[in-house]
This record gives sequence, structure tokens and C-alpha cells, in this order.
Amino acid sequence: MSATNSHLATHRTVEAVWRIESGRVIAGLTRLTRDVGLAEDLAQEALVAALEQWPQSGVPDNPAAWLTATAKRRAIDLFRRKAVAERKHDELARELEALEQTPPDLDSPLDNTIGDDLLRLVFIACHPILPTESRAALTLRLLGGLTTDEIARAFLTPEPTIAQRIVRAKRTLADKRIPFEVPRGPELAARLSSALAVIYLIFNEGYSATAGDDLMRPGLCGDALRLGRILAELTPTEPEVHGLVALMEIQASRTRTRVNSAGEPVLLFDQNRAQWDQLLIHRGLTAIERAHTINAARGPYLLQAEIAACHARARTPSETDWPRIVKLYSELAQLTPSPVIELNRAVAVSMAHGPDAGLTLVDALASEPSLARYHLLPSVRADLLYKLGRHAEARTEFERAAALTRNTRERNLLLTRAASCEKSR
Amino acid sequence: MRFMVIVKSTPESEKAGALPDPQLMAEMGKFNEELIKAGIVLAMDGLQPSSKGARVKFSGKSRTVVDGPFTEAKELVAGFWIWQVKSLEEAIEWVKRCPNPHNVDSEIEIRQVFEMEDFAPILSEEEIKYKVAKRAELPNQATAR
Repeated sequence: MSATNSHLATHRTVEAVWRIESGRVIAGLTRLTRDVGLAEDLAQEALVAALEQWPQSGVPDNPAAWLTATAKRRAIDLFRRKAVAERKHDELARELEALEQTPPDLDSPLDNTIGDDLLRLVFIACHPILPTESRAALTLRLLGGLTTDEIARAFLTPEPTIAQRIVRAKRTLADKRIPFEVPRGPELAARLSSALAVIYLIFNEGYSATAGDDLMRPGLCGDALRLGRILAELTPTEPEVHGLVALMEIQASRTRTRVNSAGEPVLLFDQNRAQWDQLLIHRGLTAIERAHTINAARGPYLLQAEIAACHARARTPSETDWPRIVKLYSELAQLTPSPVIELNRAVAVSMAHGPDAGLTLVDALASEPSLARYHLLPSVRADLLYKLGRHAEARTEFERAAALTRNTRERNLLLTRAASCEKSR
Repeated sequence: MRFMVIVKSTPESEKAGALPDPQLMAEMGKFNEELIKAGIVLAMDGLQPSSKGARVKFSGKSRTVVDGPFTEAKELVAGFWIWQVKSLEEAIEWVKRCPNPHNVDSEIEIRQVFEMEDFAPILSEEEIKYKVAKRAELPNQATAR
């Protein structure tokens, strides 16, 4: 192949190696340097060196070891220069010794140190001291192997904004001396929750993408799933991690059917279930089973996953196990009470026990301030009133809902339903 | 992107009752663990020798059943993975790390899986603009979708 082609081919291979190895390389370097910002910079320098040298020398047998060794050499140079400038010779001697003595055993596959380091990296990238959007950008950078440009395209944000977010995040972590460690005891639950929230945020950003968007956007679902699966192997005894993975696998199973050919959203009950990805559903159900083998109470992600699983198991909407969904929503409402969850529970109750039972619960939400401009509240109420034959009231509610929604198709649907009430009175 | 990664058979692996070398199994086990830890495996399975299988030949309206075993061992499938990675190069890099699945020279083939995006029609500029505008109207995630 021509020189240019060969160059391009090596470039793509370097990118592939980067996606596979960058997380672990950065994690290992963070342990050595105790500074995640510096670690990432060093890893990036090694990447540049790879792009320059590998087209000539060929891809090394152990690319991760090459990248780490190159980064370490830069670190040593850096420390030498710094120590000479600041006259800290003893400190230099100690740091150099530490660097040089680390085992070069990136060859051994089941290296526990690397696993631990990767987990520490997850926790530091998702640290609650950072703003949420910074945590997402940093996680995708350090663990997802995405470039700043890719992250920018994925989040529909200008590239310099993302770059700044990442720079500031690294500075905050350094200034606040955030330790490179796995949290212990009671802190672990909260910090894990923060990490799961970041991963789910990334997933939802991708989930809200539509055809015609930059392909990086729906790609975020894949990135989030990969991060979730990685975390599940790093913390296999945490049921909520399996719960989140299950939720994402099952939601991702509907990617083909969520949006119609005109780019408009399709409701769950109108989706063509034959096109749901059974492989992903199977993976989601397996992840739920895995969570169940761990003897612990069910958390919010697992509960949401179980609700999604109820829909996934039903071959047609009429086969949905509504009583089970009611129980799951009740459990979820106790853990993370919210008016929206209560509304969803009301819908499930109406499907399981009839519109009257559902209406009672919906009416209790009438004065809920956070739902005042939420179009689904009057929409649900209208549907229940319609089923009870109270068409005049239903019409009013459909019109109210139509006025509140920003979605043209949904507005038209609601107005059509309002008009149909007029006819049958 | 999804890829099916196919381990081809060898005359040895095709032998009825052939059990894989424990050393090979241990190494392959470690490799599978690495893949799972990397979050890229969607599915994987091993296939039994072709003596336990069959072929159906199609010619016009006729269907002919042929029982295994089949002779061209190196063209047969011994096992497969389905991986989720971002490029063919990434799949290749992972396969390079795989231990030899057999005790003799062997082959692993990588094939890209068709996904819905491959079947999507080419959109016009207007259609793309329309879809992008529709994105702003997507309803709240709280509805079961």
C-alpha cells in the first residue's frame, strides 16, 4: 500500500490502541504522579510520540507498555527539571526511585493493581466537587478515550468550552488535593452513586439524539454502556451498578423503534416490539439476575431496570405485567419520592386496577407545584377521564395538555383526542 | 459498530469428543475475562463439532438435508464472539491479543454486523434540518420510552 495509506492505517490503529489502553495508562500514571491532570498530559505526549514513531517502527507488541514507558520517561525528565529549578534534590531522588521501581508488568493480564487504579480513576473523574458537566467531560476524556472534539460534538457544545471545562476540572482536583483512592465505608455509597449518575447522564444525552444528529451523539449510549460494563466488573458486588447497566441495556434495545422515519418520537406502546434488540434485552435481564444474587436491598437504578424489564418481557402491550410494575413503582417512590414517579405509578395503577383507581392518585397530584407546567399530568388525567366516560372534563384536560407541550406532533395528537370527546360527548 | 469474531475450526477441533487442551482453555479464559472487563463483549459461544450438525442445500424449490461432519475443517466455525467496538482496527487489535485458540496454525475472521444505520436512507439536506429541529421537541425522559 502507498506511504500515505500506510500512514493512515497506522493512525487508525493508534487510535484503536488508544481507545483500548488509554484508561489504564492514565490510571497507572496517576498512581505514579499523584496528579491526574499531569498523568493525562503525559499520556497525551506518549500518544503524540506513537503517532510520530509507529508508522516507521511498526506497532509494538505491547502497545500499553510502550505508551506507559514513554510517558514515564517524560515524567522523569519533568521531575528532574522541576527539582533542579526548585533545588529539591532529595525529593527528586525519592520520586525517581519510586518511578523507576514500578513493575513493568502490563503484560500480566490479571494485574490487580491496574484494576484498582482504574477504579480510583473512575472515582476521581466523577468527584462531586466538580460540576456535573465537567465530570461527564472528564470521564469521557480519561476513561472513554474520546478527544475533546468528539466530546464537544457529542454534547452540542463548542470545543473550547469543553477544553476549558476539562482544564478547570483538573486544576480543581489538584488544588483541592483530591486523593487517588477508592472511597471506604459510608462514603463509598455516595461516591458510587455520583459515578453512576455521570454514566447515566452520558447515556441520556445519547438517548435523546435523533437521526440527522452528529453520529457522536447516539454513540454516547455505546460509550455509557461500555463505561457501565467496565464499572460492573470493577465493582461486581454492587447491585446498583448492575442495575444501571441493566437499565441502559434495555433502554438501548429500543433504539431502532423510538423514533419513526420522520424523526418523530414513538411512544413505548406504539413501538414495533419485533424490532427491539433481543440481544440487549437478554443482557439487561442477565444483569438484573446478577444484581439479585447479591444479597442487598433494591436501589433506584435496579428498580427502574426491573420496570423496563417488565415492558421488555411483554411481547405485546396487552401482555404487560402491570401489577408487578405497580409494586416496583411503589418501592421506587419510597426510595426516591418524586411527583413524576408518583404520576407514573398512577398510570400503572390505572392499567392494573382500572381508571378510577388511577384517577384518585392523579387528583392527589393536582396541586403539585413542580407539575404545574408538566403536560403529562393533564394528559394522563384526560385519558383516565375519557376511559370513565367523563368526556366533557376529558376534553378540557386534553386541551390543557396540548397548550403545555412543546412537541408539535404530541400537541396535534392531544387536540385530536380533545376533538373526539366533542363528538361522542 | 458490532463485529462477529469467528474462530475457525481445525481437523483436531472437529474430532468427535475432542476436548480442548486445559492450558489453552485457561489462556482463552483469561482473554475472555479481559474482554468482559473492557466492556465490549455482547455475546460469545463455542460450537460443537460439525458431526452434530447438518446443512440444508437450496436449489430452486428443492431442499436437501446433508448431515455432518463436513470436510473443510478450516472453513468451519468453531466459536464466535460479538463485540461492540468503534472500528475494524479496534477489533483487529483485540484479536491480536487473543491466544491461539488451537494447538496448530489457525485463523480468526472478523466480520462487521449490519445495523439499522446501514439501512437508513440517504437523507436530503431538508430532511436532516427537519429532524434536527424535531430534536428540540423531544418530550421528557420521564415518560416510559
